[in-house]
Amino acid sequence: MIAFLKHQVKTFGFTELFKGLAVTGKYLFKSKITVRYPEEKTPLSPRFRGKHALRRYENGEERCIACKLCEVVCPANAITIESEERADGTRRTTQYDIDMFKCIYCGFCEEACPVDAIVETRVFEYEFHERGTHIMTKEDLLAFGDEHEEQIAADRAADAKYR
Amino acid sequence: MTFLQFIFYLLAAIAVIAGLKMISVKNPVQAALWLVLAFISTAGIWLIAQAEFLGLALILVYVGAVMVLFLFVVMMLDINVAQFKEGFTRYLPLGVLTAAAIFALMYLVLGPQRFGLEQVTPPKSLAEAESNTLALAIPLYTEHVYAFILAAVLLLVGIVAAITLTLRRRPNTEVLYQDIDQQIKTRAEDRFEMVKMPPTVEQPLPEKEKEE
Amino acid sequence: MFDSLQAWLSTFLFDWLAVVITLLIQAVVVILPVMLAVAWLTFAERKVIGYMQLRMGPNRVGPKGWLQPIADALKLMFKEIVRPTESNFYLFVVAPILTIAPAVAAWAVIPFDENGVVVADINAGVLYVLAVTSIIVYGVIISGWASNSKYAFLGAMRASAQKISYEIAMGFALVTVLMVAGSMNLTEIVEGQKGSLLHWYWLPLLPMFAVYFISGLAETNRAPFDVAEGESEIVAGFHVEYSGMAFAVFFLAEYAMMILISFMTAVMFLGGWLSPFEGIPGLEPMFAWVPGFIWLFAKVAVLLFLFLWFRATFPRYRYDQIMRLGWKVLIPVTIVWVFAVGVMEYAQLGLWFD
Repeated sequence: MIAFLKHQVKTFGFTELFKGLAVTGKYLFKSKITVRYPEEKTPLSPRFRGKHALRRYENGEERCIACKLCEVVCPANAITIESEERADGTRRTTQYDIDMFKCIYCGFCEEACPVDAIVETRVFEYEFHERGTHIMTKEDLLAFGDEHEEQIAADRAADAKYR
Repeated sequence: MTFLQFIFYLLAAIAVIAGLKMISVKNPVQAALWLVLAFISTAGIWLIAQAEFLGLALILVYVGAVMVLFLFVVMMLDINVAQFKEGFTRYLPLGVLTAAAIFALMYLVLGPQRFGLEQVTPPKSLAEAESNTLALAIPLYTEHVYAFILAAVLLLVGIVAAITLTLRRRPNTEVLYQDIDQQIKTRAEDRFEMVKMPPTVEQPLPEKEKEE
Repeated sequence: MFDSLQAWLSTFLFDWLAVVITLLIQAVVVILPVMLAVAWLTFAERKVIGYMQLRMGPNRVGPKGWLQPIADALKLMFKEIVRPTESNFYLFVVAPILTIAPAVAAWAVIPFDENGVVVADINAGVLYVLAVTSIIVYGVIISGWASNSKYAFLGAMRASAQKISYEIAMGFALVTVLMVAGSMNLTEIVEGQKGSLLHWYWLPLLPMFAVYFISGLAETNRAPFDVAEGESEIVAGFHVEYSGMAFAVFFLAEYAMMILISFMTAVMFLGGWLSPFEGIPGLEPMFAWVPGFIWLFAKVAVLLFLFLWFRATFPRYRYDQIMRLGWKVLIPVTIVWVFAVGVMEYAQLGLWFD
């Protein structure tokens, strides 16, 4: 009998509905978690995987030795490498293309690289305005790496103890 | 011509055209919609004639409910219009004859010699503040109360009959029904029981095994 | 006010022209604020629901996002109206008109303040609102049928069945108000609630107040009864095939109906323009300067906030359970209460007889 009355009160008193309303009502006054993107930005991890770059040693020599490990490990087949012997007898790439439309930003190339040549940077705000420009050539990648070397080196240093 | 007369003729014209369209148009859904238009313009005419309760009730009941159900059914029908019109010429003479007979009857009852302001005294118009609904309700609930209640009971019987004719409950072996009352009456205590379990502690491995 | 305008116009115009012009001015005076309210109600909805979900809501157009409705309107106006193949063109065009016309026509009898601040103070005001809003269902059915699309058709079926089901409960709920007030004129219904906060009909007719508001939610196809546009099942229901301004018209109609239902609830159950401090010794003279329509608008604003709050809180009903709630719960409750009110009226019981 008491259970019956309880049930009737619960059903016709809309108790459960009021409970739900109380929850949303409470959240109405909570502080908002929205990040207003172009003005505010979320902090990025040193491991952030954004646009790719090729790095150089401090003496200006490019790091990539054309081992093609990245090409092999790339799950999206986004990397294309051609290599040749250079005049001084070292093996270097003649072509190093990344198709940015194919790339899935998994970071495997970065992990596979034995000399830390191919890296993914913190830069994620970039766009292409013409057809064909989505393929980043070796020159583009090296130039981009030169531009951001300071940040890249700092990120590697911050992450070094976990690798 | 006063403004009211203009509105009257406008609504009357719409009603007549809509009525004609309703019987001449091929698509049944469109026919139903023309009928709705005819209802609405008729309701407008009733409003002009100070029968506001009747006019609004016409819209509320016929336009708002009956015709919606009608449309509902008509929309779901899969009618082949060509097949539908097959017997048209065969039945045309009979149809024309029937129509003529009905028209003749209507003329006899509603013809100029029996209808119009010359034959009938013009109805006195109500004062603006007078409630049309009240004027309708008082005779309905006093003089004609038995007829009114009888009509209501008749409609109720109709509803019950229609429901009993169409309601079928298949056995639970065929269809699983949901008993919502039962569902919302369940309580956590009936379904869920907290059991106290002793914790199982991992035994240390024998010394020998460890060495290996 | 408008009578004198008409009299002045008819001094140099045809009589019928004076009537038409006065009617048009009256219509604009009522419809324009309603449409503006609709525009910013969409903004309020996005803000309130955003805040309840810990988001900011629109905040980029204009200061704090306040110009967002204008941006939306401009966007919709410049969009192409796509006509589906094999659709019935005339009905496709007529459907949005049939939806918006009753939604604004019903405003003719809504009283905004005492002393007859209303376009048409007719005797059968309640009946008029019910009759006119019942036409909206045609806009829904026709749009669904004329679009030549399965989703639109299914949405139209659901919406129309839902609307006619809940109209019954709504009508019964209003019948109790009419029984207590003894009039169908909306102004007289508000006058009948004079006294104090406890004399408003929400208290003596509390179940009917709940039933009316719930049916109002269902009538306007709002959450949690928005199966007609259930995005997860039938994309957007009856207006999937509409784009640009044609879609915007449906949107306007839906929100105009929301505001209308809120006004009706405020007038029927919450004392319309009456001050909530009436009859309280200290507070009544303190708030005597507040004009009546402010109270009415405040009540309507609270009810509209409830609409948005419900949408942010409750999950969508399943279709068959909507029907169950309408036919097996609300209608029996209203019928019992109509009977109870009849008995109370006969025995002169109840708070509202003093």
